[in-house]
Amino acid sequence: MEEVDVEPAVTNIPGIRHGKHMGFAWGPGDILVYETLHRASGATGSGCSFIYMVRKDEDIYSPILRKLFNESHHIFVGLQTIKEDLPSKSKKPQFVSISRNYRSVIRACMEELQQVAVSTKEAEMSTQYGNQVSILLAIELIWNLCEVLFIDAAPAGSLLLHLLDWVRLHKADVDEKAKLVLQSDSPAEHRDYWDVVVSYVLQGRLEEARQMLVKQATLRPAARNMFKLMDSLLQKMPFYNPGGTQTLTEFDVKWRNWHEEVDRCLKDNSFASNHHLELICKILLGDEDTLLERKELLSSWYHFLVTRLLYCHPTVKPTELHFYAQSCMTMFLDLSVPEPLDNILLAAFEFDIHQVIKDCSIALNNWWFVAHLTDLLDHCKLLQSHNLHFGSNLREFLLLEYAAGLFTHHSLWQCAVDYFDHCPEFGRVYLELQIERVPLDTERKALKVLRICEERQMSEQVRSICKIMAMRALRNNRLGSALSWSIRAKDAAFATLISERFLQDYCAKGTFSDLDLIDNLGPAMLLSDRLTFLGKYREFHKLYGEKRFREAAKLLLSLMTAKIAPRSFWMTLLTDALPLLEQKEVIFSADQTYELMYCLEELTSSLDAAAPGPDRPMQEEDIEVTKVELLRLALARNLASAIVKEGTVET
Amino acid sequence: MESAKYVSQKVSKTRWRPVSYSSLQQPDIFATGSWDNEDNKISIWSIGNHHGSPGLEDGFEGDPQLICDFKHDGDVLDLQFLDQEKIVTASSTGAVTIFRHHQNSQTISVSQRWARAHRYPCDNAPCTGVVCSSPEIVSVGEDGRIIVFRADQEGVTRVIENADSSTIHAVTYLRTTEILTVNSIGQLKLWDLRQQSSSPSQILSLSGDRVPLYCVDRHPNQQHIVATGGQDGMLCIWDVRQGNVPSSLMEAHSAEMWEVHFHPTNPDHLFTCSEDGSLLHWETSSHADMPSFLQGGRTSSMASWGAVTPAGGNQSLISAWLSRDSGKSRLETTHMLPSQTLSVNSLDVLGQCLVCGTDGEAIFVNRQVPV
Repeated sequence: MEEVDVEPAVTNIPGIRHGKHMGFAWGPGDILVYETLHRASGATGSGCSFIYMVRKDEDIYSPILRKLFNESHHIFVGLQTIKEDLPSKSKKPQFVSISRNYRSVIRACMEELQQVAVSTKEAEMSTQYGNQVSILLAIELIWNLCEVLFIDAAPAGSLLLHLLDWVRLHKADVDEKAKLVLQSDSPAEHRDYWDVVVSYVLQGRLEEARQMLVKQATLRPAARNMFKLMDSLLQKMPFYNPGGTQTLTEFDVKWRNWHEEVDRCLKDNSFASNHHLELICKILLGDEDTLLERKELLSSWYHFLVTRLLYCHPTVKPTELHFYAQSCMTMFLDLSVPEPLDNILLAAFEFDIHQVIKDCSIALNNWWFVAHLTDLLDHCKLLQSHNLHFGSNLREFLLLEYAAGLFTHHSLWQCAVDYFDHCPEFGRVYLELQIERVPLDTERKALKVLRICEERQMSEQVRSICKIMAMRALRNNRLGSALSWSIRAKDAAFATLISERFLQDYCAKGTFSDLDLIDNLGPAMLLSDRLTFLGKYREFHKLYGEKRFREAAKLLLSLMTAKIAPRSFWMTLLTDALPLLEQKEVIFSADQTYELMYCLEELTSSLDAAAPGPDRPMQEEDIEVTKVELLRLALARNLASAIVKEGTVET
Repeated sequence: MESAKYVSQKVSKTRWRPVSYSSLQQPDIFATGSWDNEDNKISIWSIGNHHGSPGLEDGFEGDPQLICDFKHDGDVLDLQFLDQEKIVTASSTGAVTIFRHHQNSQTISVSQRWARAHRYPCDNAPCTGVVCSSPEIVSVGEDGRIIVFRADQEGVTRVIENADSSTIHAVTYLRTTEILTVNSIGQLKLWDLRQQSSSPSQILSLSGDRVPLYCVDRHPNQQHIVATGGQDGMLCIWDVRQGNVPSSLMEAHSAEMWEVHFHPTNPDHLFTCSEDGSLLHWETSSHADMPSFLQGGRTSSMASWGAVTPAGGNQSLISAWLSRDSGKSRLETTHMLPSQTLSVNSLDVLGQCLVCGTDGEAIFVNRQVPV
């Protein structure tokens, strides 16, 4: 067995008394925990009668995060439909745009949470929302970095520009501070003025820094030349233009010249009389000590890293990143212990995708992020087959975990289906096991579940769902509905059972219920013999009702001779023949009468063979005997008239 | 179509609040019902006023805004406006409830509830549909019963027991005293509420097929024309005066059709939505003189109807939906939603505005339906 990566967190169950034993059962998304009496024999004393539900992933119950799940589901499905055979060149922009879509969904969600966190009055809820915001912030930060490094995979030159964008996006408090400063009466004398200028420089936003500096320069006409010099340095700093004609080497030469010029200015003490400008000058040279003195403005080691790269190594290659990242982190954090987020980002800079995913899985309380990111990276062909000791591959494993979690939700289960669909190895098994367990409160819901199963040819599940619905209808005495469900499931045995119930009801009441259904069985009638009989027997009654006696008689006879009618029903059928035999007009021909007689004899002989038991009430037997006598008489009379009639016609 | 508004609940029904026809107003308030949630809700939404600022050009005035919502016991299986402020819902618990939307305080309260209106002897039966013509309300359910209520009376006005041996999925008024129900064995049943008998006055069905029908709507002007949709996603147009088979059958969706609606004032347009995640706009035109090059345009698919000339009658009075002369009537269908994967459960159209709701927990509003 492998070592665990981190010690698992301990969750105390408040209701369970200290020192007691616990039992538990795994559920798909949660664990049931209960107190047990652990004593070999003669257990006495009171047990605790509560069962506790312990859940790891609370996020799917947040109404705002549900939007994230639903919107990303849509993006996910879109991603799966990108054609495999497209050349990778045309796929990359698509992947980048999908990655941005995911991020914009995260951002939208974050903004809404932020608003709710501010507007809510309950302190506890506010903290909870605040926590969710910070989790989403971290998620977006990591995702964005992965997008830059792995998906977009920018080469040297552009790489730094992307990293700058990344830092600017996630360190946006500068803009708010700048707004406050600019709105004040005298911006250049504002307490935060220099902080804003320096922050701009740290983020490489030199144009904005220059505009801020102008305000200071006008206040100090004496230092005019110094400000002018700084302005020209800032203006002249070269930035690489990936779309332009300039090669990376040309840019590098230009940048080195500029760097030397800044260095000269510092060395000849051009800014010695203004320590703010001198500081900026040192930053422009990428002086580590100066940068580290401004820790509170950088606020994170990765900002420090990007600033250092900007002013020391603007043509950094992806492969060199890990070296700088490692040293920046060590320098910046000094002796404090790195947080999980720091390690995740560092792993990303080291291009260790698996470490990123692993650490995220451990640090975050939901599978949403790792599942979607891994899926996207897998589409970009960035995950080499990484063998797991379980499941199929990393992508599928994470998607299954996420989807299984969704499926436990009373409402989000529908989204999970598409995720299972795109897990080639185990997705179907998961879906089969889960779909049968969706509670079916209404037919509407059952129809939706059935559609999911039918589209995927899951005939076993279709049958089981229809059976559940049929049983429920039967329990509620809705025979028509029950029959419809068993016809849909093509469940012959159940259709037979229900047909029996219909026939019993008929025998008891003398009329059929649910005629609208039985009269319209159509080809569905052939599902089971008993159902066929039910349909045909009803047809006989219809013909009889319409006084189409000859057709009715023929049908009645064929029900017995073709052995469609169950033997137990023959007496009823023969009794039905009585009024036809008693008609003035001869309806059964001589041949048909013989056949009827044969049927009757076969029935009575089998009844005799069964031997009337002593416990059989005499009265009932009497009625049977009378019935048979009556039938024999009617048959004989009909035979006589039939022979006479047929003889007459012939001559 | 405007972009999706995600609402954190699967939307089972969407309905516009009615507007008075005299003022040529566009609707601006709609109601939604949710299903399959632990706590279901009915919600009232506003899409912003139309009378105000003309500033925004393309009719886009931002997301629908939630005005108020209220807890609903069970899934909302149907929802109808009784009048400007009353909403009638059908619940999976079998209850029929009238909610009142207080527009001054923007709150909702229960004004009347018939709990367990639909039921089995020892269980609840979901109520699947309601239709109202104030003050009368008719409900149908999985228990196969038809119940008539009056909004101003507490009791039940009338019950037709065993109206259907299978589930009745939808109901609509044909005339003021006649209703039409569709069931899960593919039948349409006409009921004359003046008659005391508990059997339908007419049964229509697609012979042989037993494809369940889930929705029905009546042509707003020509009351004998009825559209239905069901499990196979086909759109069926029926003329209830003529025979008991549909006048035309058209392939529409690849899965269950959940709702069909004629445009209330421009009935040459019809809208359907389906489990397959699509929303279709159907337009029929019967302009024989129109040159063919003027037709088409947005056409994504074209269907023409069978070639049997209607027997007699005033040609101009025959609806384009029934006229079967292929030379004279054309039908265009347009998809109204971007690619979707989860079911579109409900739609409603009024004036130039259309609203629909999905299992993807999104609602879409279109304020410029080309009708």
